Amino acid sequence: MTSHAWINLAYLAASMLFIVAFKQMSGPRTAVRGNAIGAAGMAIAILAACFDPKVTGAVAAEGAWPLILIGVAAAIGGSIGATMALRYPMTGMPQMVALLNGFGGAASALVAGAELASTIASSRGETPDPAAIASLAPWSQFAIATALTGLIGGVTLFGSLVAFGKLEELKQFKKAWTDPRRHWINATLAVALVGLLIAVCVKPDQALFFWLLVAVGSVLGCTLTLPIGGADMPVVICLLNSYSGLAAAAAGFVIDNSVLVIAGSLVGASGLILTAIMCDAMNRSLVGVLFGGLGTTAVADSDEVYAGKIKSAGAEEIAMILEGADRVVIVPGYGLAVAQAQHAVRELSDVLEARGCQVEYAIHPVAGRMPGHMNVLLAEADVPYEKLREMDDINPAFAETDVAIVIGANDVVNPSARTDPSSPIAGMPILDVDKARTVVVVKRSLSPGFAGIPNPLFAADNTLMYFADGKKAILDLTTAIQSS
Amino acid sequence: MPTMLATLLADTAALPAGGEDAFSRFVRLLTVFLLAMWVGFEVITKVPQRLHTPLTSGSNAISGVTAVGALVATASLASTAGTVLGFLATTLAMINVVGGFVVTARMLQMFNPKKK
Repeated sequence: MTSHAWINLAYLAASMLFIVAFKQMSGPRTAVRGNAIGAAGMAIAILAACFDPKVTGAVAAEGAWPLILIGVAAAIGGSIGATMALRYPMTGMPQMVALLNGFGGAASALVAGAELASTIASSRGETPDPAAIASLAPWSQFAIATALTGLIGGVTLFGSLVAFGKLEELKQFKKAWTDPRRHWINATLAVALVGLLIAVCVKPDQALFFWLLVAVGSVLGCTLTLPIGGADMPVVICLLNSYSGLAAAAAGFVIDNSVLVIAGSLVGASGLILTAIMCDAMNRSLVGVLFGGLGTTAVADSDEVYAGKIKSAGAEEIAMILEGADRVVIVPGYGLAVAQAQHAVRELSDVLEARGCQVEYAIHPVAGRMPGHMNVLLAEADVPYEKLREMDDINPAFAETDVAIVIGANDVVNPSARTDPSSPIAGMPILDVDKARTVVVVKRSLSPGFAGIPNPLFAADNTLMYFADGKKAILDLTTAIQSS
Repeated sequence: MPTMLATLLADTAALPAGGEDAFSRFVRLLTVFLLAMWVGFEVITKVPQRLHTPLTSGSNAISGVTAVGALVATASLASTAGTVLGFLATTLAMINVVGGFVVTARMLQMFNPKKK
């Protein structure tokens, strides 16, 4: 077999390992192995790339230089990546993932740019390479794939950077960009993009068109992500994840490499599925999330809903109710992450369980800022995996629940989704906490959630409002139960 | 089902590259692309919601496979611009690869507290 065949075989092995890695992600224990298998696949693919005929040719001509170059780049990248991964707090996972997505997209766009520059260079000069000239023919696979990689890569990088800024709650990104002219701006950008896509495909030997395309794609990445609010972030993260995969797959078409195409499309598919799951969990269409923004209803409604019906309680009163409870369900939301209350919640469950009470956690699919966000936070606080229950699984059990404790969640427990067809969140699947015997809502104030609508749950007969910061509230509650 | 698809995928990806015209090369890659998407859909729909964050960060790491292209673009020294851009691409892709796998491992470790 030629060395070329060996390299392809190694790429094939890597691709198979990636598929197995995804398959092993179906359980928490096998997932550890899956992650290691994925990393092994990546190591094989990267090692095989070092034996690519182009690389060995350069080594034969120039000595060890090319290998030193990639070694340095890999060492810089690897150490930055490892430091980020080890240092970043678990509450910041959404930002971290957004940033890594962006880097992946940018890398793919740069690969396309590098290939384009090199191909243009070798199609000129004294001994033009016929293969390079063929690649630069109008509408060649190379030309189309290069254009698409640059476009998707640019959108991914800047979309991810904006998402990072929003999730990190940087001042500049605090307010969603809701200028009504944005649709016109986006439409203009889209027209420019189509024009530039065609320009790159027709004249691939003009690198300027490619870089213009990347630049306009980057602007579009910003303008598409800026209007999107916090609660819609899970959808954006999934979509960007999918894009980073598709950019890698497109780069695979540029350099004719099946491992890039396979791994890229696996990631692309994964991101698309998660996007669909997130949209379903909010009963909204993808187009609605990306371009719509939620319709805001009159805020005056809230007085009518809440007037005179809000019952608030302190730690002692709630502790007494909890002491008599046999079954407690804790419902966390993004507020739990903000208040960093995951460890406090875990301590409260320990105290309750020591008294013979059964404690479980109800996790809404879009609670938090990325898919599965709450699960990661609670796992960090050593809450056993088995106690984290999914929505469909736990909803029937609320009727037999003595106390449901809602911490930092709002829209995902709003019963108007079920009862009021005119509500902006009508039809969104929610956690049926209102069916529990007593509902305790830990919240700083009656301010509305992301949807901007009042929550009739707060005014329900069986609801007690516990106005306090999430972490302090839970700590006080734990102390109150212990001291009784 | 995924196993069967995986075998089919393996056969397609391993077709000889020599002597193809440009269009059949494109069709070969397109076949690989579509089959891999299908395998992806089959496998990923089975991942439970509770593991969606590790799935996102793990698949994120795998999208760093573009490092393969970045390495070749850098080390082939085909043009100055290509080498510089390739160097940048390799750095970014390696951040993505190493960061993604390490953070996923860190997260999964928390889901299995006994292993701490």
